Amino acid sequence: MRSQLHFDAVVIGGGMAGLTAGTRLAQAGAKVAVLAKGYGSTHLSPSTIDVLGYTPERVRSPSESLGKLIAERPDHPYALVGVDAVSDSLSWFADCAAHGPLPSYEYVGGIDRNLAIPTAMGVLRPSAMVPSTMAGGEASALGTVAIVSVPSLREFHPALCAANLTAAGIESRALTLPMAVERADMNPVGMARRFEDPAWRGHFCAQLLAQLRTEEHVGLPAMLGLNDPAAVVADLERRLGRTVFEIPTLPPSVPGMRRYEILRSALRAAGGRLALGADVISHERSNGRVTSVSTHAAGRDLIYVADWFVLASGGFASGAIELDSHWVTHERVLGLPLRGVPEAGSPRFEREYLTEQPLAAAGVAVDAELRAEGTENVFVAGASLPGATPWREGSGEGIALASGYRAAAVIAGGLRTEEGVAS
Amino acid sequence: MTDLLELAQLRGTLDHCVKCTICETACPVSNVSPLFPGPKYAGPQSERYRVADEPSVDLSVDYCSGCGICSQVCPQGVKIAEINAQARDKLKRQKGWPLRDRIITRPTWLGRAGTPVAPLANLSLKLKPARILIEKTLGIHRDAAMPAFAGRRFSAWARQRSDGLKSVRKIVYFHGCGTEYYEPWEGEKLVAILEHNGFEVVVPKQDCCGLPLQSSGLFDDARKVLGTLARALDPYLTDDDTIIVGNATSCTLMLKREGREVLGLQDDPVLKRVSSHVYDICELLLELHDRGELKTDFQPIDEVVAYHAPCQQQGHWVGKPALDLLALIPGLQVREMNARCCGIAGTYGLKVEKYEIAQAVGRDLFDQVAASGASTVLCDSETCRWQLADATQRPAAHPIEYLYQAYGLGS
Repeated sequence: MRSQLHFDAVVIGGGMAGLTAGTRLAQAGAKVAVLAKGYGSTHLSPSTIDVLGYTPERVRSPSESLGKLIAERPDHPYALVGVDAVSDSLSWFADCAAHGPLPSYEYVGGIDRNLAIPTAMGVLRPSAMVPSTMAGGEASALGTVAIVSVPSLREFHPALCAANLTAAGIESRALTLPMAVERADMNPVGMARRFEDPAWRGHFCAQLLAQLRTEEHVGLPAMLGLNDPAAVVADLERRLGRTVFEIPTLPPSVPGMRRYEILRSALRAAGGRLALGADVISHERSNGRVTSVSTHAAGRDLIYVADWFVLASGGFASGAIELDSHWVTHERVLGLPLRGVPEAGSPRFEREYLTEQPLAAAGVAVDAELRAEGTENVFVAGASLPGATPWREGSGEGIALASGYRAAAVIAGGLRTEEGVAS
Repeated sequence: MTDLLELAQLRGTLDHCVKCTICETACPVSNVSPLFPGPKYAGPQSERYRVADEPSVDLSVDYCSGCGICSQVCPQGVKIAEINAQARDKLKRQKGWPLRDRIITRPTWLGRAGTPVAPLANLSLKLKPARILIEKTLGIHRDAAMPAFAGRRFSAWARQRSDGLKSVRKIVYFHGCGTEYYEPWEGEKLVAILEHNGFEVVVPKQDCCGLPLQSSGLFDDARKVLGTLARALDPYLTDDDTIIVGNATSCTLMLKREGREVLGLQDDPVLKRVSSHVYDICELLLELHDRGELKTDFQPIDEVVAYHAPCQQQGHWVGKPALDLLALIPGLQVREMNARCCGIAGTYGLKVEKYEIAQAVGRDLFDQVAASGASTVLCDSETCRWQLADATQRPAAHPIEYLYQAYGLGS
């Protein structure tokens, strides 16, 4: 028994790059399916939109530094997509957020100036755009700060955050409120539910007010509600009479869940389909074109036939690119050729964990339009692309967003041409 | 199946867990109750300590509702819910099953007993003293939503029907227990929709799929029941393209995948053959539409409805076909709910020790429905509909009811 479904375009991967590509294609009028094995990096990352943070010097203005990066590194994803796609995709995403399902929850900032907002470690993170609930943490606006948490939230250490912030020139101290929750350890998702409850917020604020000094701003782990975080922050600010801001946490990421919801609902509003649990297990090719992919659905395999495909399945972290036990590197979904794999004999890894790791820059080989080498109709976006070291550059979301946006634009151009030929 | 293969297919997947916590973001139960520590802890982490013939390490796994969302969202392919279901079976073997779990997991027994005395049975389920008595003796919560017996059986209607469409295009209908004893009109409407599209609907004699038994950890009984159902449907597979369609989305999922994976029946050749032919009704209708084979003579319905894709529907891994189908009806405004689960999880929310958790799980969804301005809430699973109707004080219907109405088949 084989079931076949037909689409203009199929996107493989439901992270930032895949959802962006799928939504843009659906908005361009294409019949689109986004196939996701599970949730992607959206649920794990801080959900700031980091475009370019370090080159390795700290970047003040991404738009200025991108030109230099592009000139020096023609194989970098940003060199392929161009500055315009970065800037356009950021505006587009900000628009999705502003008109999305979370009232008054917006992304603020832009490509011209990096914001500097505190991380859970108390480091000032250079980000192009951040959720409005984090914007109050912008370093230039901060006087003295109280970093506040509750003991049951194990993954957030206010003392560590405050000490590092103080070392970075922002006078901070840690406060841990002995708020009773019904379990010994809570993650930020569980806490987000508590903060949606006005009675909890009242109790929390009463305890906190007793300890706050008059001039202190309040930084809290990013757990201030899932469905209406802007209202939660506004309510806390009203009760406390001062600026309150969120600080990204370790996974799971509450702002990441909000960001997923923004993109998922934009995809749906544009008529795109999303299948979760749809792991792509095989594909068919004919004359340099991928003609279909199969997913392992319940009971039988489902065949998705399409004219265009976007591969946004991620890199080593998601498992879409792997180094096997024979030291051979593969792209596992479509078996596409890779670029940037260190040659036999040369080092694949460096000893220092967070340094430039030669193998980690490997990705699917693409042409200047993000088309996968050896195919006519497969485009690549996000962490599947070679040439970047996002954890050093602070560029992951920017690359995902801009390449997903750009791949969709190239395909939409192709669709228009096909329509022109047909009519 | 060899032990090695089994290891790779289910338990072995725990080695793919990278502790990313994505399942923790999605678990409806652990996010509202401290009694369940969450899919990551109960699943891949505890599983490492579970050794055959040794006591269960983790009693909390009984509080997993079995909704399966953790497995759907896991980006690494860890079969978390399935591992937990097997751990629950082992736990129940050691602790034993309450009488309640042996009764409410048998919809066929309940249906046969209740149908002839439906008015009386339905009345007594509405009476507070009776419900308190049932709670004290059996442990079914006094406020839990119980479905009403229809007093007639769908199969009786199907058997006595002589005016059904005769066609070379045949579809086999697996109606399940909900349609048989509680909502026979759902089956009648499904038949009308398929006949409107030129299909002859064949209704085999059939019984429960075993999902309630599996959910309560009665695996041996569940295997027998599912095996019997597969053998009742198997003779109707005339060729590779035979379609078995169902409107009970959790029961079609049981036939397709859950039974085989969770109950370890991957090797049953009959079940394997049958499962590959099974469709959920909305999945089938949308596939027909994609092929240009679905009639679209829909009349407008000017109404706002809420749609909740139940957890088990999501477990088919085909997206949300009902949304695309309902979008074909002119005028109908469908509000997609994004809350995860209604809480009932089959029989979980009926149990006195779990009722409060189930209500807390469903709260987000109930609030969203209330805020949506919807007149009716649509959902593909009957137990979820009963929970939603009770909690939101709105009618709850299967999406096909709106297709039926839009086709003008009711008039």
